[in-house]
Amino acid sequence: MVKDALIQAGMNIGWATFIDLLLGVIVAASFGMVWVLLGIWIERKWAGRFQNRIGPNRVGPYGSIQSVADALKLLTKEVIIPRNADRPVYFLAPVLVVASVILIAAVIPFSPVVIGTDLSIGILYVMAVSSIGAIGIMMAGWGSNNKYALLGAFRVVAQLISYEVPTVLSAMIPVMIAGTLSMQGLVHGQHVWFIVSAPVAAVLFFIASQAELGRAPFDLLEAESELVAGFNIEYSGMAFAMFYLAEFMHSFFVAILFSVLFLGGWRGPGAEQIPFLGIVYLFIKSILVYFVSVWLRLTVPRVRIDQLLNLNWKFLVPLAMIYVIFMAFVLKIAPVPDLSGAQAIAAGPYEGVASGIYRLLGPDFVATLPQAGVLLLANVLFVVVAAAVLREVSRRRRMRVEDLVDETDYSGAGGAGGYTPADHSETAAAR
Amino acid sequence: MELTIEVVVFAVFAIITLAGALGVVLARNLFRAALLLLVSLFGVAGLFVLLAAPFLAAVQVLLYMGGIAILIIFGVMLTRGMVQARQVMNSQWDLAAVIALVTFVILMIVIVQVAQGEGAPLPSLPRGDVAADSIAQLGAALVDPAQYVLPFEVASVLLAGALIGAVYIAREDEAE
Repeated sequence: MVKDALIQAGMNIGWATFIDLLLGVIVAASFGMVWVLLGIWIERKWAGRFQNRIGPNRVGPYGSIQSVADALKLLTKEVIIPRNADRPVYFLAPVLVVASVILIAAVIPFSPVVIGTDLSIGILYVMAVSSIGAIGIMMAGWGSNNKYALLGAFRVVAQLISYEVPTVLSAMIPVMIAGTLSMQGLVHGQHVWFIVSAPVAAVLFFIASQAELGRAPFDLLEAESELVAGFNIEYSGMAFAMFYLAEFMHSFFVAILFSVLFLGGWRGPGAEQIPFLGIVYLFIKSILVYFVSVWLRLTVPRVRIDQLLNLNWKFLVPLAMIYVIFMAFVLKIAPVPDLSGAQAIAAGPYEGVASGIYRLLGPDFVATLPQAGVLLLANVLFVVVAAAVLREVSRRRRMRVEDLVDETDYSGAGGAGGYTPADHSETAAAR
Repeated sequence: MELTIEVVVFAVFAIITLAGALGVVLARNLFRAALLLLVSLFGVAGLFVLLAAPFLAAVQVLLYMGGIAILIIFGVMLTRGMVQARQVMNSQWDLAAVIALVTFVILMIVIVQVAQGEGAPLPSLPRGDVAADSIAQLGAALVDPAQYVLPFEVASVLLAGALIGAVYIAREDEAE
């Protein structure tokens, strides 16, 4: 549209394309910023309800423009710079963090036609640009010249880099089923939501992405009780607001990503015909996912750093790796949906109930059902086996602990953990 | 040469890459040098995009910037005493200069030969648009016995060996 007008005005086609794209970039980048003002209010309202209070309720109806007031306040506040800070690094850090999040917006498929750019490497691009955020946080930690900030930055490496592994591995499952990396391709290939075909991947992705976000229960980067405020301790005013903005946008974008990967993205009744409906569906799904994330954040206590790393390297990563190999085999066995046949059946002379089902759910949905069913069964099997293995492992570990207890001398007062000698001689006999 | 948008973008990324690389060797603060290395790597990723190789660009950002460079920065941050270099040159600068010069000359010879159409002919690729399914082709080529499956597997064995070796070296001596 803009491009045509510029070419009409006698501009070089290359430059016209450039300006056209630039406008698109500005729109895509601003979307996140504007959404944040509303989103923060929604989240604070939820937080209020979870904690048995009202939440923001003074500025505007139901406190709905509280965020605007906060933003104005932060804009006018003085940005205090520590005297020994590494100034260029200190100032570039929040910029990098925000940029890494906004870059994700470029490939989010809002509807069949509304997408920044449908890169052929879509999901890989998302993983790549979000890994830049970790650099920004390290710069913040280093540039502030503060020991708590530095400790927070050290934890970034431990946490964000570790959790990237299960995130990427679990995001590979939808890619394997749909056979494409492109975000639109993932949505188009999702006739049956991937949360049905690969529920284990969905759960893994959700846990790992929460840790990637650095939000509770994984907010070790800014654990208030241990690090005062973590990596952003020396930031104030707008510089701090940028970290806050990035964190909020990132958590919402991850919810959108989850919807795109596992909940069918913009898919829904009539979304192909009316693109706007696609945006609505995607937002409904994302807000539901976001609600679950906020729910966890507000009700679960923070984990310890060693627990966090153990959970990742000893549980999530091995599980995700075995799961990827397992799913690769199952996908080879599972029936490949024959979409062309489905279209023919839908067009064919089916009457009554069969035709109604086809018309309601779409022929591709019915054609994909056998594959999804096999995958779902395989997933259930996987969970059962994994649970059995885990139970066995933890039983062994418990027995080892009990053996240690056996060797302890209880002649002193009380005994450990309420054990009495009679107690564990019994357990030993039972074994 | 006509000033098309490609030329401008190429110039921008080339400057980013070269300036970043210069910064790495000239910066006295090791932490800043590591950050400038990131800038240089980012410039290379941009050049990959310009060459219509988005997959390589994403891998460049994901692995080199998001992985390797962060590990370098982490190492720098943990060795506080080394952060401030006293002088830019160390005792090996003359040897390093010779090696850099030789590498540069060899690369230039190859590039000039290729540009003039001499030497070993490059595999003839159709000019113009890259196939839309280039990533699918790349994936298939990596596991195709006729193409790259052997190098691929050799690299995996090497990496597995490095991993096991690292774990063996890093693990604490157990009481005998």
